[in-house]
Amino acid sequence: MASLEELYREVILDHYRSPRNRRVLERSNAGADGSNPLCGDEVRVDLLIEAGVITDIGVTGHGCSISQASGSMMGDAVKAKALDEVCRLTDRFKGMMSIEGAADPGLDPERPGAVLGDLEALQGVRKFPVRIKCADLPWTTLEEALGIYESG
Amino acid sequence: MIDQARIRSDFPILDWEIDGRPMAFLDSACSSQKPAQVIDAMMDALRDSYANVHRGAYTLSQEATEAYEGARRKVARFLNAAAPEEVVFTRSTTAAINLFAYGWGLGNLKPGDRVLISVMEHHSNIVPWHIIARHTGAELSFLDITGDYRIDLEKPEDYFDERVKIVSLSGMSNVLGTMPPIGEIARLAREVGAVMLVDGAQMVPHSPVDVQEMGTDFLAFSGHKMLGPTGIGVLWGRRELLEKMEPMEGGDEMIREVRLFESTWAPVPQKFEAGTPPFVEAIGLGVAVDYLSEIGMDQILEHDRKLTSYALRRLEEVPGLSIQGPANTIDRGGVVSFDIPGIHAHDIATILDQHGVAVRAGHHCAQPLMRRLGLAAATRASFHVYTSEADIDALVDALGVARRLLASTEAVTVR
Repeated sequence: MASLEELYREVILDHYRSPRNRRVLERSNAGADGSNPLCGDEVRVDLLIEAGVITDIGVTGHGCSISQASGSMMGDAVKAKALDEVCRLTDRFKGMMSIEGAADPGLDPERPGAVLGDLEALQGVRKFPVRIKCADLPWTTLEEALGIYESG
Repeated sequence: MIDQARIRSDFPILDWEIDGRPMAFLDSACSSQKPAQVIDAMMDALRDSYANVHRGAYTLSQEATEAYEGARRKVARFLNAAAPEEVVFTRSTTAAINLFAYGWGLGNLKPGDRVLISVMEHHSNIVPWHIIARHTGAELSFLDITGDYRIDLEKPEDYFDERVKIVSLSGMSNVLGTMPPIGEIARLAREVGAVMLVDGAQMVPHSPVDVQEMGTDFLAFSGHKMLGPTGIGVLWGRRELLEKMEPMEGGDEMIREVRLFESTWAPVPQKFEAGTPPFVEAIGLGVAVDYLSEIGMDQILEHDRKLTSYALRRLEEVPGLSIQGPANTIDRGGVVSFDIPGIHAHDIATILDQHGVAVRAGHHCAQPLMRRLGLAAATRASFHVYTSEADIDALVDALGVARRLLASTEAVTVR
């Protein structure tokens, strides 16, 4: 059986206790709400996109430690990145969290966090399949916000 | 006093260990475990005496029919029904409530009529009424709960008037454990001429039931929460009302005669049992009813009450924990829902699972109630006759781990 330490890594608990980018943006031009109605996780993502780059992001909401920590890490990971880069990162994150997928070959097991930063800590969630959707929620909400932005 | 060691030895699954720890199964309100007697009876029915019911002229089919109808008689006796014909077998509690909603509601409700339920209902006693209201133009109204989690009957005239045609109410809340005064509510329903159904999904598995005493017209429940199998439920109804009620499903088994352009129905209860019924499951339910009766439903109610009292006392030791449900065990069943501010129910459930403690976390199929309580999710521990104080001790110990791991004043202040 997977151990609790794999799920609740210190870096995850740190993001849960001290969430980054947890604010409502004064100026934003994209956003979306996401929820997992079955468990009651809720996330709101607000974006300020300028010249094809996410220049500011706010992630608010409430829910379990995994959904909130994942949102906090996501904000750090996508800020100041170009939209096509954000799309690639989103795909890579979802691949990393997929229960069918193999471990991400681009990651260096000898140096945890060297490639994707704090996000790599969320890999342990894969061993708890019912919790994967908690980790995915902020990212699907981000995708939705970008979809609305691009179609609008 | 029940002999718990003997009872626990009847449940093979309780021998399981998780990481060397005995499993503390505290999710019986979701679905109970099954004694070997039920499992064996169903295996025997499949292996040694299987043939379709109500069809064949051969011996095997007659034996299967007798076993199926025998299960109906057992259930009728268990409920003290006036006759076995008042027991309609369905797929589940949900199917039984839907059968009543469609069979009675569609033909008897008109625009402006009211269906009175409560804010603490399970989705399966809310959503069928949304559908029926859409079809008929009838409206829903809701009994509220009080600050101490009881049904608010302070001013019944606010809820009960001649517009109310159907009252449909849980006999025991699956979240709060609250057991409303069914007799009093049935009297109020009768005074305004309403027909009443009790959703007995949680009540019937845990307390003695006498349908002739209760005052209700219909009662819905299922097998899998009362030590029986899934796939079988019951709609009990007073015979004269069942005879007036329309069938919801057409097919064979429920007909008297079929012609090209019309057909006539079989008498109750067959009128409501189209198609091959889940008779192996009904046989399993019959054996579950035998098992419960042998222990005694009053003994089971008392066992639940003692455990609930113990759980309420032990959970009070957990700092910050608050309980959603009556603080005492008067008219309260064996489910205890709680939350710990700053720790989400899903985190609690995952950590508890790692310690061999199985609980339910989430909205418990009662989103309107959760909204009424101002909660996104809660954790629920629920009991049955095999649950022991040691299971509750394991729960409280594991909650200590959850607090050490996740409780943080910072997480609360950031919000």
